[in-house]
Amino acid sequence: MEKQEIRRHTVALLVDNEAGVLGRVIGLFSGRGYNIESLTVAEVDTAGQVSRITIVTSGTPMVIEQIKAQLRRLVPVHKVCDLTLEGPSVSRELALVKVVGSGEKRVESLRIADIFRARAVDSTNDSFVFEIVGSTDKLDAFIRLMQPLGLVDVSRTGVVAIARGPKPI
Amino acid sequence: MAEESISGAEVVLKALVDQGVEVIFGYPGGAVLPLYDEIFKQNRLRHILVRHEQAAVHAAEGYARSTGKVGCVLVTSGPGATNAVTGLLDAMCDSVPVVCLCGQVPTHLIGNDAFQEADTTGITRPCTKHNYLVKDTALLAKTLHEAFYVARTGRPGPVVVDLPKDVLAGKSVYVAPDEVPPHKTYRPQLKADPRSIDEALALMASAKRPVFYVGGGVVNSGVEACRMLTEFVRTTGFPCTQTLMGLGAFPGTDRQSLGMVGMHGTYEANLAMHGCDVMICIGARFDDRVTGRLNAFSPGSKKIHVDVDPSSINKSVMVDIPVVGDAAGVLAAFLQGWDAKRNPADSPALTEWWGQIERWRAVDCLRYATNGQVIKPQYALQRLQALTTGRELFITTEVGQHQMWAAQFLKFDSPYHWMTSGGLGTMGYGLPAAMGVQLAHPDALVIDIAGEASIQMNIQELSTIKQYRLPLKVFILNNMYMGMVRQWQELLHGGRYSETYSGSLPDFVKLADAYGASGAVVDKVDDLDEAIKRMVNSQGAYILDCRVDPTENCFPMILSGSAHNEMLLGPGEHVEKPVSEEGMVLV
Repeated sequence: MEKQEIRRHTVALLVDNEAGVLGRVIGLFSGRGYNIESLTVAEVDTAGQVSRITIVTSGTPMVIEQIKAQLRRLVPVHKVCDLTLEGPSVSRELALVKVVGSGEKRVESLRIADIFRARAVDSTNDSFVFEIVGSTDKLDAFIRLMQPLGLVDVSRTGVVAIARGPKPI
Repeated sequence: MAEESISGAEVVLKALVDQGVEVIFGYPGGAVLPLYDEIFKQNRLRHILVRHEQAAVHAAEGYARSTGKVGCVLVTSGPGATNAVTGLLDAMCDSVPVVCLCGQVPTHLIGNDAFQEADTTGITRPCTKHNYLVKDTALLAKTLHEAFYVARTGRPGPVVVDLPKDVLAGKSVYVAPDEVPPHKTYRPQLKADPRSIDEALALMASAKRPVFYVGGGVVNSGVEACRMLTEFVRTTGFPCTQTLMGLGAFPGTDRQSLGMVGMHGTYEANLAMHGCDVMICIGARFDDRVTGRLNAFSPGSKKIHVDVDPSSINKSVMVDIPVVGDAAGVLAAFLQGWDAKRNPADSPALTEWWGQIERWRAVDCLRYATNGQVIKPQYALQRLQALTTGRELFITTEVGQHQMWAAQFLKFDSPYHWMTSGGLGTMGYGLPAAMGVQLAHPDALVIDIAGEASIQMNIQELSTIKQYRLPLKVFILNNMYMGMVRQWQELLHGGRYSETYSGSLPDFVKLADAYGASGAVVDKVDDLDEAIKRMVNSQGAYILDCRVDPTENCFPMILSGSAHNEMLLGPGEHVEKPVSEEGMVLV
């Protein structure tokens, strides 16, 4: 087959919020050897019991098409939307970053947090927990800068994304 | 009738009957006792007691594929469910509609490692089209109706419904199928986009070297789809190849049929696929057994792909015109839209193409050397076909050389008469599948073409066959080897026949006798006709142990990693270049 370029795609799904639905989606990715870079899931319509799953994956155009077609085959999947292909979209990720240190390093971490518009959501005499929201790249950069300043723990939500403009999924 | 509550087990039975189930294949156990108690109290549903749960699923597959209905299975929790897994995956790979009811431990014990507990929905998730765990008796009827809907709609497949014992014992009001609201989201696209139909017709009208490549999807679409396919192929005058699963979708004896395509397909079918300029794939999925080396697959053709499952399109082979829809509707639209004037069947290009195909056909790729009194397996199958002419014949097979020879040599003129394990390649499929076929067609001649190795994988079903007096026949092409593996060892592994000799075979005649069936051995060409006649004319079950040439290989063959135009035609042709490293790791 011709060489195709591997690209990163953000795919949003609406699924029935029923037992095992996440297992079906994840099993499809592991069973068929697809890649999951990030996955988020939460109920978005309590009355209709619908959850939204956002998956960041990568592959050649042929593989990405296969992933979407295979996802659409799953019975509890209502909708599959490739946010990367279907017009502009906004994506955000949240991270909680714990930094331990004192003196100049502590001050420096606060300065950088300010530049990144991260908020300190917990503080002790020798530690901070910063909350930062933004693109995956921004979070990566922030975490990289925190590394020499006493970074000890990171928790990230994974990407959530939505299309720009008035149209729903 | 008043809205009265009945037990979950009664709900299940009612739902099955309302879904048109007449026969259910199963095996009882602790978790399904309430259901078996209900089965005991009624006579609308016939229960067939198998001897192993895998066989129950294969029997349901045979039933489904020979009738077009949904097959139905009932097994208990734990080992009952895990034993059914191979059958479920087999049905998944070959798109056979099956609903499998599994017992489960009571809901309050789920997750407790209870006796005979298995995470059935977890285990069967990747080998079913969909599965359910019913946790509330009130949802039982709706879930069962939905299970049947999912199993038969779109691309068919197996559906598991896991039934905890307390749900079967609980009470609820029954809900009939027409009272259940339509499924929230599952609505496969059955009607194709008219633009894609027009584009496909335009491409076919411009074809100079066209070929149809039809698969099991047409058979699944139904008898009417196969009839329309036949009419359309004849109207266009194009040649037609079939996949292993597609045999019978188009009459195998028709001059326009080039026979089976793929690894053991005919020379003319594979070279037509390789050399065509327009390929019209209907209900087939460019399986690796069909395409051979992908980067050399039909390099110069534009491809039309009709499939009800969008995930089959552009999966391994990029096509030019995808047509998503059910084969029957698409074929009706093709028939309606085809303008014979734009590409008449006797156009010069098409005549020239047929000339080329006839030259390929003249190679007579299925020829084989005869060898004195030794029975050649191909000859045995030719005689079987000749001696059953005029009778309605259903064939099932096991997996291996005999299966490929049966696909090459037996001609099927109508769908639903050929049952084989294609996608999964499950040894042990044929005997239980034949039971399902025979139960659906009690008066027909049903023959399981078997090998001496495969037949032993579900041999216990001879007991089921005895119990229900099923007059099916087992035609063992006994070559003393797991022949297909032996063939690969000969061609690819220097003739080191590692563990493929069938040692310590049972005496199949005595075995038949032990199970109340009849049997015979035949090992000479001169006795073959008489032996086959005795088998097909016998009243009850019959095993014919046909001793065939142990060294015979199945040709033509496209070695793994090779292209359609790199076929081996026979034993005289040596492998010119060693199989590539990539080829060696392919299966």
